[in-house]
Amino acid sequence: MFRGIRFFPETPRLPFMAWRRAYLIISGILMIASLVSLVGRGLNFGIDFQGGILLEVRMPGPADLGSMRQTLGGLGFGEVSLQEFGSADTVLIRVQKQEGSEDAQQRAVSAVKEALGSAVQYRRVEFVGPQVGAELLRDALYAVAAALLAILVYIWFRFEWQFGVCGVVSLLHDVIATAGIFSVLGYEFNLTIVAAIMTIAGYSINDTVVVFDRVRENLRKYKTMAMPDLIDLSVNQTLSRTILTGTTTLFTLFSLYFLGGEVLRGFSFAMIWGIVIGTYSSVCVAVPLLLFLNVRQSTLAGENAAPATEQQQP
Amino acid sequence: MVRYPKWKILVIAAVLIVGAALAAVNLIPAERLQTMPAWVSDRQVNLGLDLQGGSHILLQVDTAALIRERMDSVVDAARDVLRGARIPYEGLGATLGEAAVTIRDEARAEEARRLMAESDRDLVVNVGDGGRMTLRLSEEGMRQRQAAAVEQSIEIIRRRIDATGVREPSIQRQGSDRVVVQLPGVDDPERIKALIGKTAKMTFHLVDDQGASGGQAPVGTMLLPMREARGTADAQRRIAVRKRVVVSGENLVDAQPTFQDGDPVVSFRFDTAGGKRFGDITTQNVGKLLAIVLDGEVISAPRIREPILGGSGIITGSFSVAEARDLALLLRAGALPAPLSILEERTVGPALGADSIAAGKVASVVGLILVAVFMVAAYGLFGLFAVAALVMNMILIIAALSLLQATLTLPGIAGIVLTIGMAVDANVLIFEHIREESSLGKPVLSAIEAGFSRALTTIVDSNLTTLFAGLLLYFLGSGPVRGFGVTLSIGIVTSMFTALTVTRLLVATWVNRARPTLLPI
Repeated sequence: MFRGIRFFPETPRLPFMAWRRAYLIISGILMIASLVSLVGRGLNFGIDFQGGILLEVRMPGPADLGSMRQTLGGLGFGEVSLQEFGSADTVLIRVQKQEGSEDAQQRAVSAVKEALGSAVQYRRVEFVGPQVGAELLRDALYAVAAALLAILVYIWFRFEWQFGVCGVVSLLHDVIATAGIFSVLGYEFNLTIVAAIMTIAGYSINDTVVVFDRVRENLRKYKTMAMPDLIDLSVNQTLSRTILTGTTTLFTLFSLYFLGGEVLRGFSFAMIWGIVIGTYSSVCVAVPLLLFLNVRQSTLAGENAAPATEQQQP
Repeated sequence: MVRYPKWKILVIAAVLIVGAALAAVNLIPAERLQTMPAWVSDRQVNLGLDLQGGSHILLQVDTAALIRERMDSVVDAARDVLRGARIPYEGLGATLGEAAVTIRDEARAEEARRLMAESDRDLVVNVGDGGRMTLRLSEEGMRQRQAAAVEQSIEIIRRRIDATGVREPSIQRQGSDRVVVQLPGVDDPERIKALIGKTAKMTFHLVDDQGASGGQAPVGTMLLPMREARGTADAQRRIAVRKRVVVSGENLVDAQPTFQDGDPVVSFRFDTAGGKRFGDITTQNVGKLLAIVLDGEVISAPRIREPILGGSGIITGSFSVAEARDLALLLRAGALPAPLSILEERTVGPALGADSIAAGKVASVVGLILVAVFMVAAYGLFGLFAVAALVMNMILIIAALSLLQATLTLPGIAGIVLTIGMAVDANVLIFEHIREESSLGKPVLSAIEAGFSRALTTIVDSNLTTLFAGLLLYFLGSGPVRGFGVTLSIGIVTSMFTALTVTRLLVATWVNRARPTLLPI
């Protein structure tokens, strides 16, 4: 009978904790680069967040971006950016948000449509007023903050506070690294990217909880084992699962990236990056941090009370 | 494990069969579904506008204009009340949200305050030094007025959109002063936007005969632009009309586009009260000009040739056929209580929607195959069980989406594809635990048993944290974030069910049949 391939014939014994200096350097560089870019360059906000106009049009034949740029640039609506989108006949047109009232935005939409003529097919027309854009950004920030808080509270409730803190620190690490790569590469940051970041947070914490669970179990089992060894053991015991689940998830995400269409490409890119970072951070950020927060004492203190009462009432 | 209770098997089977039936409804074309017997569920997955094509428009009711208008009427009322009681006053006027007047005789200020407060219960009236009286609208009064205006706007938008023949529009209030309009299948909303964007407040005024087009407006009149002059060299020409409204559009009962001498015109009919007033005014003012004003613009100002007593008439104004048709539509639907502005618009053409669905299907199937091959490679027979659970999971997600009538959007499809990858996590956890127990030397049965029970807490912990994130996305997010939260949350719940029950049942059945002495894992 086919028993499946064992990626690790036995439980591996990789000395994860011995490399903790390397994680500090890697994560340090990642965080500093991300934050510097986020502060310095900022994010390339899509119209969702800064307001503006976006049209996806399909031309009758291959699009001549040069002449389109001239026509649309001459309308006097400020910056107009054109980009081929998926195929040679499809163009993504972005018009900056217009000064003045909401009506000014509408006039710009109509003028652009008029200038393009009737031969083009409008696949998508999006217009977000500056007011709504600011609100969407605010709501998105609230949602991310609320999710992080809920996760912190839940883990605190299920484990010990140290686990909660370590979990959230590694989540912040993932969120900053994902926002950072969008800033560094200048990719458009829009609402779907926020959804991706929240999912990365969900996935990463899922990953972290699995290792935490094992740490907690081993803390009870091996009461005298040194903490770095115990953490190494827990990470190694769960390593096979970490890699398997990461692989299946990446499989579907690559499928989405290459086959899911242009609109979802930014989203799938964020997710692929986030799954890699999230997996790394569970093993190399969240768990090593436990070392510094003196988990053993408080976990055992919480546990000791229960067996003591059991002994009194057999 | 071996003794799997019968009732549990029945419950699991029932969930899967009902799920499959609910999901299968989506395979029936929508038209066929209406002719099916009543016991067939008619709930299909609700496709979002980004998948079926359509237009989403977010509007804001201009409540500042509403309050300005309300304050104008407060000023008018104050003038009437104070004159009626013969109380001398000066400096009556309104700023946004507040009107003020000075009562000359300070001794009568209190009387004035009482009269004003009685005349309008929404007013908060204060008297300060020197007989200065301020009139403010109460918070409650303003809120009620705003809520009523939004409700009324929704009603009028609905009437206008219905008249254009759009199928199944959805018009809903959002927040305190916003309205969301969703128009499935509309890929060019320009006409509807134009229709919604007009307040369509029509009034009839007499044209002031002293200075028909002078520079300064005579007392009691206002200077308004002429529609006919629009776009010509004469565009600056304005006409002085009396402020007093003869009859307003509220008294209209019908309006239809028609033709007069080959030109498109709009014919209208007043209700009894409006018809009588219109008759009286036209009788008294034969030979004068009557201005028809729409949203602050004079459409036309024909001369009254004879009394119009039948309560009906026509509006001329060099319209095109489409303009006459839309004007009639607007007049029938009624005026908006306040102007609307468009804050956000997202329109997706049917072609892009269809492309997105096709791409989503391909990505799902390819993702599913990749995961299936990988799981079988990693876990052999047990991997196959996990894949069976995964397929059931997909069916249950579609069933849940149909049953809950949740809207499936493009990010929602991304959520489903992601769930395919993540759903096997529970099974991976279980299988890894089984391997571990088995390598400790436990016999097959107890290794399986221990694997399932030890993995349970981890599965629950890790899935609940992700579920929190998914639910928050749904409740706090907007647009694409929300659609993604729906499928992610549903996917987590169904994947926990299938991973914990379906896989377990398959494993138990296999153990009972094969009586293995060696784990196939």
